[in-house]
Amino acid sequence: MTEPLVARHSLEYPGGYTRSVGEVVGRYLTGLRDGRIEGARLADGRVLVPPTEYDPLTSAAVSVDDFVEVGPAGTVVTWSWVANPRAEKHALDRPFAFALIRPDGADTSMLHMVDVSTPEEMSTGMRVIPHWRSDRIGGVSDIEAWRPYKDGDPIPEVPPLPFSENMGDSVTGIVTSGRLDYEIAAGESTTRFLLGLAEGKIIGGKAVGSDDVYAASRGTDPTTGAPTSISVDVSDTGVITTFCIVNIPGLSDLAPEIPYVSAQVLLDGANNTFFGLIRGCSVDEVRMGMRVKAKWLEKLTADHGSIEWWEPTGEPDAEYADYKDYL
Amino acid sequence: MSKNAVAVVGVGQTHHRSSRKDVSMAGLVREAAVEALEDAGMTWSDIDAVVVGKAPDMFEGVAMPELYLADALGAAGKPMLRVHTAGSVGGSTAIVAAKLVQAGVHERVLTVAYEKQSESNATWGLSVPMPFSPPLVAGAGGYFAPMIRAYMTRSGAPRESGHLVAVKDRLNAVRNPRAHLHMPEITLKMVEESWLLWDPLRYLDTCPSSDGAMAMVLGSEKVAAAAPNPVAWVHGMAMRSEPTMFARRDQINPQAGKDCAADVYRQAGISDPRRDLDCAEVYVPFSWYEPMWLENLGFCAEGDGWKLTAEGATAFDGDIPWNPSGGVLSSNPIGASGMIRFGEVAQQVRGAAGGHQVELKTGKALGHAYGGGSQFFAMWVVGAKKPE
Repeated sequence: MTEPLVARHSLEYPGGYTRSVGEVVGRYLTGLRDGRIEGARLADGRVLVPPTEYDPLTSAAVSVDDFVEVGPAGTVVTWSWVANPRAEKHALDRPFAFALIRPDGADTSMLHMVDVSTPEEMSTGMRVIPHWRSDRIGGVSDIEAWRPYKDGDPIPEVPPLPFSENMGDSVTGIVTSGRLDYEIAAGESTTRFLLGLAEGKIIGGKAVGSDDVYAASRGTDPTTGAPTSISVDVSDTGVITTFCIVNIPGLSDLAPEIPYVSAQVLLDGANNTFFGLIRGCSVDEVRMGMRVKAKWLEKLTADHGSIEWWEPTGEPDAEYADYKDYL
Repeated sequence: MSKNAVAVVGVGQTHHRSSRKDVSMAGLVREAAVEALEDAGMTWSDIDAVVVGKAPDMFEGVAMPELYLADALGAAGKPMLRVHTAGSVGGSTAIVAAKLVQAGVHERVLTVAYEKQSESNATWGLSVPMPFSPPLVAGAGGYFAPMIRAYMTRSGAPRESGHLVAVKDRLNAVRNPRAHLHMPEITLKMVEESWLLWDPLRYLDTCPSSDGAMAMVLGSEKVAAAAPNPVAWVHGMAMRSEPTMFARRDQINPQAGKDCAADVYRQAGISDPRRDLDCAEVYVPFSWYEPMWLENLGFCAEGDGWKLTAEGATAFDGDIPWNPSGGVLSSNPIGASGMIRFGEVAQQVRGAAGGHQVELKTGKALGHAYGGGSQFFAMWVVGAKKPE
């Protein structure tokens, strides 16, 4: 059996997703940017920090009119020591404690970090105070970390923000950078197909008891679920069943200059169609039924990119009746 | 096995817009949900369960919307479900919610579907390159435009067939204050001269990208009897799916769509949908999908869909209005779009559709949604009278 191909893949929206935060969360984030922790007083008198847009128990809407300032000092409710922080995974580059911290005047606690050197300095019930960053943008990271605090000591000053044109505006949104890193293994069937491309061959598969050949089979016949265990060589020539002419630039990094043709191609000897680019003739010459041939990359690899595009063979067009069942 | 009657007792939706930067996703769904509750004469505590739907997670990058939206939708202490069937999700979410009532599990279920497309880019979300998969270099329209060309060839439909729908649905939207696009000035010439994005598909043949939410409260017979406003009764509901690709798959007129329609018509006692229904709200994201779905849903013989459109049969004053609300071509918060179809037909049979209310004769209407590569279908028929 062939070892399956494995690839790394990162899923990340370029530039990050935006989040319109709404009035309530916006007010909370604006407070953080200005060096202030605020919570919302719910109908039953509890003060929720961080505030949510809706009462978690009754679902009643929370109003900015119910906001109260809390802290800045708070109490550690519980904690966990991070002895080996990892670059890009943790916000601090030195050992620290994750802690649930209840700011004075709040009835709930918020998850944050306590910046001390050893776990011996941590205890449930210890008093802490936020250490604010000077480059605050309206997010929970505006507090770099919390530090131990002794009641009665002076409250540290919040460093002023550098001047900016819109420093007085409310925070209305954030950008979240998120990324998922995957390792993906191609199935046996896909691996066979891709290794075939590296040799300039299109390998299809069919199931026992069926005549239907699937080029680039995913391992099963989609109509029966039976494994496409029989390998079949498929021609690199075929017919354009249908297509469109793309006039929008920038739809993909792989897109050629507009206008270009994206078509469904029915390969000779296969019973499924492929999406592919059509080049080698003017876009106006492309038609349903046109015969085409794969244009292979000079240096073949086990990747779909080995077929750069499809180009006309110059043969007479296929009859509509020959491909009408594949539309 | 006996089934319980299900009624739509409340409907609510947002004003669909290109961007609702003034509210969070929670705030957006809340607007629709509050309106539906008020319509039903209920408060959060009256609701037994919540069923929420939205389109693929990559659209806004929220992997568990049901978790994030629990407080906004009053789900504390109640069952909450999330449904996920690509573009058809708004329809299938409503059906999952209705089945909870039909099965006698709950008396009152709140169902909500939404999309906030302005927080990212759906074209990116639909065509993320994946290792070992063929790259998609032509976007979502590039997937559907070749099918439209194939339909034109197969049916002999003239090139203006789609453009007529593009004009009709935008003029219908002028009657609907909740619609995203309001283009009273639109003409056939404007559509014909608009940017040819994916030949044969033009800019004005395609749907907009919207922020919006739709909500309904579904109730049992007992709940319907106590409702303060007229209700819409569910006469039939069905879902079908099929693989994206298989040998000799009819992509233009998919079998799953035909089967789904046949099932829902059988349940609702519909033998001729053009005659037996007062209107339909059908998922038409590209104008050409009106003639294509007219055939798929059995409103005419195969190949004749474009003729119905050309004759004006599907116009607001035609014998079988399609998308009197303006449809997906006028508002497209993707995850909500299917539920908007379902909710709009409920409003029609309740006589509550306002400026886009059609004349009621049979008192029955069809709501439809589809998604993926024309592979997921969800439909329901609602009626003004309780099913026998």
